Amino acid sequence: MDWYDTLLYLHVLAAFILVAANVTAWAMYVGTAGGSRPSPLVRMAPMGGLLGVVGSLGVLIFGIWLAIYVKGYEVWDGWVLAAIVLWAIAGYAGTTLGRGYEAFRAGEAPAPSLALHLILSGSILLLLIDMIWKPGA
Amino acid sequence: MSLLVIRPDEWNLPLLLHVAGAMVLTGAVVVAAAALVLSVRSDNDDRYPLVHFAFRTLLFAGIPSLIVMRGAAAWIESKEGLENTDSAWLGIGYATAEGGALLIIIATILAWLASRRIRTNPDGPSMMTRISMALTFVLIAAYVVAVWAMTTKPS
Repeated sequence: MDWYDTLLYLHVLAAFILVAANVTAWAMYVGTAGGSRPSPLVRMAPMGGLLGVVGSLGVLIFGIWLAIYVKGYEVWDGWVLAAIVLWAIAGYAGTTLGRGYEAFRAGEAPAPSLALHLILSGSILLLLIDMIWKPGA
Repeated sequence: MSLLVIRPDEWNLPLLLHVAGAMVLTGAVVVAAAALVLSVRSDNDDRYPLVHFAFRTLLFAGIPSLIVMRGAAAWIESKEGLENTDSAWLGIGYATAEGGALLIIIATILAWLASRRIRTNPDGPSMMTRISMALTFVLIAAYVVAVWAMTTKPS
């Protein structure tokens, strides 16, 4: 396993962890019926937050490292810049969701909205499409 | 430094479905594992909803995404002409997908049986919950190895 393989593995593994965080958020949304009923599933909020932080930072760090390391890719390529913008959108939605579920769990705020879940899932799906098609590469 | 490799565009859709299916599958198993862990650590009132949610997560998210992942794997395998290849990474992929399918079905059935038992007897033992939880841990470990095999493609 060479250095490229190691970076690619860590990048993809981080993406899996990020999606696991997203599925955790959906589990809390479905389990609480959008916040309309109490559920012990909100105890997953700390795990979801941890998965989100590890996954999103891993995706960004190893992704940029790969873009620098691989001959033929540059950090300023359009598809890489698009990925960074999508990552920022996913990061905003994920952070807001994580804080929202922690506040909901403490009884301090209503559950996060469906729109936030859809923004997180949509941005991650677009990230995956961008990574596979690499438009302009 | 490594040179980029461009793959044909017609491989992209099956690859997207394969990777997305695998990601959702892993996420579903992680959530089911977390719900089962919380159930084992919970008092009586919380046990049933947690185990029942783990069962529904495996049934309605885990198994369908497993089917998407495996179907898309067969699709891209035929596009790449890998049907008769004897590579280690493909072997790991097959073992994880098909062995994992068996484990996820067993974990789903055990979670269903455990939820029925807890509903009728909230103070009863949780052996089936614990076995189902252990199977989800095995699945997560297998998926970490499978991601390594799929990305590094050892010969």
